Amino acid sequence: MSQGVGVVGLYVRDQDEAVEFYGKLGFRVHTDARNGDYRWLTVQHPEQPSFQLGLFAPSPPTVDAATAQTLRELVAKGAMPPLVFLVDDCRASYEQMRARGVEFTQEPIDRYGNVDASFRDPSGNGWKMIEARKDPK
Amino acid sequence: MTTGNGNTQGRAPVGQDPELLRRLLRAKDRMDAASHEEWPVQRLARVSCVSAAHFARSFKEAFGVPPHRYLLTRRIERATALLRDTDRPILDIALQTGWNSLGTFGRVFRDITGESPSELRARQKAATHALDWVPACFVSAAHRPDLTIAVSEKRRQEVSVQNAPTQTGSIKTEEVP
Repeated sequence: MSQGVGVVGLYVRDQDEAVEFYGKLGFRVHTDARNGDYRWLTVQHPEQPSFQLGLFAPSPPTVDAATAQTLRELVAKGAMPPLVFLVDDCRASYEQMRARGVEFTQEPIDRYGNVDASFRDPSGNGWKMIEARKDPK
Repeated sequence: MTTGNGNTQGRAPVGQDPELLRRLLRAKDRMDAASHEEWPVQRLARVSCVSAAHFARSFKEAFGVPPHRYLLTRRIERATALLRDTDRPILDIALQTGWNSLGTFGRVFRDITGESPSELRARQKAATHALDWVPACFVSAAHRPDLTIAVSEKRRQEVSVQNAPTQTGSIKTEEVP
């Protein structure tokens, strides 16, 4: 058992839509458990087995209806915190993901040896996709 | 709607439609991606699939600033980064970030940041950067001018306090969110 972060969740407007979207990035469903209206849904990247990305819907009973509405607005406005997705080859991933219908907001740009691009999930969560500079060790 | 929680029933949520906000965000993203281009309201409204009048009103409600002013902050942010990170002539930077003349660029730049492009360049080059470990794109956003008032209003305020300069209406350029 190693210590550290196990699950970090995103708010999404529609969990079915989200799981399909994150599938385009290579994530697979880890846990999909329902209890009434509540659905605990996490996905996992095949190269990162110790971490799960939660795809949660802001809705009652977890939060009240007015709070849920506020959270949906914040997500749709792109006001949620930055997210970073690491890849080996930013340009190749960009082409591949774009062909799958991912909405890119910035094409790959070279910055000081790193290459980065930006995309959003259907809900509005913004990701920076980064190919880190390979430091010769 | 879930059952068993009477408190949430019958209270119509106020605010903006998330579906509309998502489309407004798309227009904002398009300005971010090409802030050097012209973005008349009609063009932005088309991206968001709404009327021009509806767009202008909804955008300001959603993001706190009118679309044109948002565009200005992005242009200044980009110009600031180019001044800091390159040795390109200021005229080139002005044209590259969407201005048609050096005069307009210099005036708006000073109105917003409080210093001229060349002053900012000299100061930034002299400063050491503690933000080296933050991804470049986020550093850039941290230096985005927080333009809470119109440029013309800022100009008026500065004229009126010329004899007793204060911090009133100053633009925070170094704020990290």
